[in-house]
Amino acid sequence: MSAPTYTCPMSRKQVVDAYFLEHRAKLLDLAAFLDRLERADPQGESAEDFRVAALRKAVAILDDGKPDRARRVLESFSDPSTAPIPKAPMKGALGAYDGGAR
Amino acid sequence: MRYIDPHMHMVSRTTDDYQRMALAGCVALTEPAFWAGFDRSSAQGFFDYFRQLTEYEPKRAAQYGIKHYTWLCINPKEAEDPVFAKEVIALIPQFLNQPNVLGIGEIGLNKNSRNEMTILEAQIDLAAKHSQLILVHTPHLEDKLKGTRLIMDAIAAHGRIEPGRVLIDHVEEHTVKPVLDRGYWAGMTLYPDTKCTPQRAADIFETYGNERMWINSAGDWGSSDPLAVPKCHQELLRRGHPAAFVEQVSFGNPVKFLSQSPRFKPPA
Repeated sequence: MSAPTYTCPMSRKQVVDAYFLEHRAKLLDLAAFLDRLERADPQGESAEDFRVAALRKAVAILDDGKPDRARRVLESFSDPSTAPIPKAPMKGALGAYDGGAR
Repeated sequence: MRYIDPHMHMVSRTTDDYQRMALAGCVALTEPAFWAGFDRSSAQGFFDYFRQLTEYEPKRAAQYGIKHYTWLCINPKEAEDPVFAKEVIALIPQFLNQPNVLGIGEIGLNKNSRNEMTILEAQIDLAAKHSQLILVHTPHLEDKLKGTRLIMDAIAAHGRIEPGRVLIDHVEEHTVKPVLDRGYWAGMTLYPDTKCTPQRAADIFETYGNERMWINSAGDWGSSDPLAVPKCHQELLRRGHPAAFVEQVSFGNPVKFLSQSPRFKPPA
């Protein structure tokens, strides 16, 4: 079995020292966002917004013990279809695939 | 440290940005044609824009010692009307011999529609007919993975474009490997919220190396940072990557790719 290749020049301790607080803050932002959603009136919408559903699915990737988390999170938000669509419905993007609803 | 920002939309930036970039070490930049934030009402609007890119903007950059290059095209956000888009494409050849024009770009896809594909194919063909380099815009967010694949397939299907003369921009963790594996150059855009952060760009270099890759700010009229490239340098140096590594990413690699155009003159 070959030894793991470490391509980041920093030690693991240095990575934690350098980046922990930044990512602790980002995690709290996410937690607060989900709390904020629950405090907001759904105005009759029973189903969760597809973007939030995609976010919850992506969060599960973070702690599944497998590598390439960033790549897999991006893939989980992506349109999996392969053929061009008939017409562009808008100019922008929403950040998560809506299942082809638009 | 001297650097090249190979993707900036300076028509949307202030003269102060030129000054700050020059102070940070920017010696050259390349400006692809793009969407103005609204659809232009006539092909003549593009004619004026192409004049701005080839005549006016190089003079503004030169005031700060920055060499300005450009790429011409109609962007995919205005490709949904193919008749209009083809009128614009017909204007491009008369500008291709301007001294700061490096090629066709940023062409690509936005929502991955059939009309966007038609106009992408027309502009790939334009590049081939005039032996131009290509700078590719890949779609945003959920559309990027599919669009990147469609674009690479369209270039390959044309049959007369060498992958080494195409830079596919705005790659992220899910698209960088397929782009490099197919022989293209890859660009990482350092952009708030919707593309790479300097930290993630550094991670991608650590994962895939720094061959055939560059970084850019894509500074434009939206939330963006014209100093994003030197901030990524700072991130790479902070981690302990040698200065030569950073120099390759931000100077050596752009010089190598862009020198395939006879109009690019490497900064001294």
